[in-house]
Amino acid sequence: MKKLRDRVAALLDEGAVSLVIGYEEGTKRPRPLFCRNSESSGKLIFDSRCFHNLAVYVTKKELVGKERFAVTAPISTLRSILQLYVENQLSEEKLLVLTVDLNGELREFVTFEEISAYVAQFEMKRGEREQEILSKIEGMTREERWKFWMGEMSHCFKCYACRSACPLCYCTKCVVEVNRPQWINPWPSPISNMEWHVNRAMHMVGRCTACGACGDACPVGIPIDLITRKMMEDLAPEFGYIPGQPAKQGNALSSWKLDDREQFIR
Amino acid sequence: MSSSTEFEPKIIAFVCNWCTYAGADLTGTSRLKYATNVKIVRFPCTGRIDFLLLLKSFAQGADGVIVSGCHPNDCHYTSGNFHARRRWIAFRTVLDLMGVDIRRIQYSWVSAAEGSKWADLVNNTVADIRALGPYAEYQKVAEYLEKEGFDEEA
Repeated sequence: MKKLRDRVAALLDEGAVSLVIGYEEGTKRPRPLFCRNSESSGKLIFDSRCFHNLAVYVTKKELVGKERFAVTAPISTLRSILQLYVENQLSEEKLLVLTVDLNGELREFVTFEEISAYVAQFEMKRGEREQEILSKIEGMTREERWKFWMGEMSHCFKCYACRSACPLCYCTKCVVEVNRPQWINPWPSPISNMEWHVNRAMHMVGRCTACGACGDACPVGIPIDLITRKMMEDLAPEFGYIPGQPAKQGNALSSWKLDDREQFIR
Repeated sequence: MSSSTEFEPKIIAFVCNWCTYAGADLTGTSRLKYATNVKIVRFPCTGRIDFLLLLKSFAQGADGVIVSGCHPNDCHYTSGNFHARRRWIAFRTVLDLMGVDIRRIQYSWVSAAEGSKWADLVNNTVADIRALGPYAEYQKVAEYLEKEGFDEEA
């Protein structure tokens, strides 16, 4: 922690970066901290409670400005950053990534390849919560799944916190703001809520890194992160990409293979 | 002939302009009879068919949906149907997870020369959907679409 604070203070004093996005102690759990000078770097923390995905800020041009900046990133955030690199939303010249590895050592990443090599050591697997709910859903019949999701969807009031929390939802104009045609109704109702979440999942095909930020942000606790996670788990082997370890081969939906599955096509 | 009391499913077909629409045209000019339950919507390409349109059809009261276009390697725009096929795989995965009845969405390849295949496709789909019955489960929830509130008891 001391190493991280010292390094951040040095970076800011040298003028190597103009902003460091990190975590500070919040009322209940760590919250984002935006360090613009070395005095505030003393508030920085970095531990296992810091899972808020800070990658969501790195595409906000009004926040990061034109100069070089740094972000402290746990594994889930590193995966999101990799995906943003692949989608040409970040450049290596502009972003410095800091993390503290399992041995408590401070690591600095400048290039895409460095992050990629580091992330590859960590396996992506379901946590306890994910395993519990997903195994319940996997054991359901179709009718039960429909009832389960309709029950969950009836709580959604379309605050779009899931969209705001997602680092990969960076479109400047979202489909829900399009009203000619009105794809998604602006008011909440179970079907249009489901349409929104199906839509969100479809936009995440081959992109979602299962960081869980959307489910964490949901104020009514709908496990929406599991929709994209399950989809990712099911489709990754078929479409031939490794989740959370993107290769520069193009998006899953903008590429195709001659022998894609088509048994369902009559 | 079906009796008047039998359930007549509403089916929306999303077809591409270059193959299936021309194929359905050939069905007509060949004077082949097929079920009248289908309403055809013409698109420039299967790659243009937005997945939300399929959900909108169900919300608007369709009991089944047909999506059809050119055979692989026959696409007028070279790869539109390959992209569409990928999207359908993903879409089916998501819908199945959400518990939507994916048996009600029938995908097919029908070329401009396959007038009889189109007739068979429609007839078979109508028979399948008729066996499944009306998609009341979806439509019942979709009725709330026009209301601002949702009463869980209702």
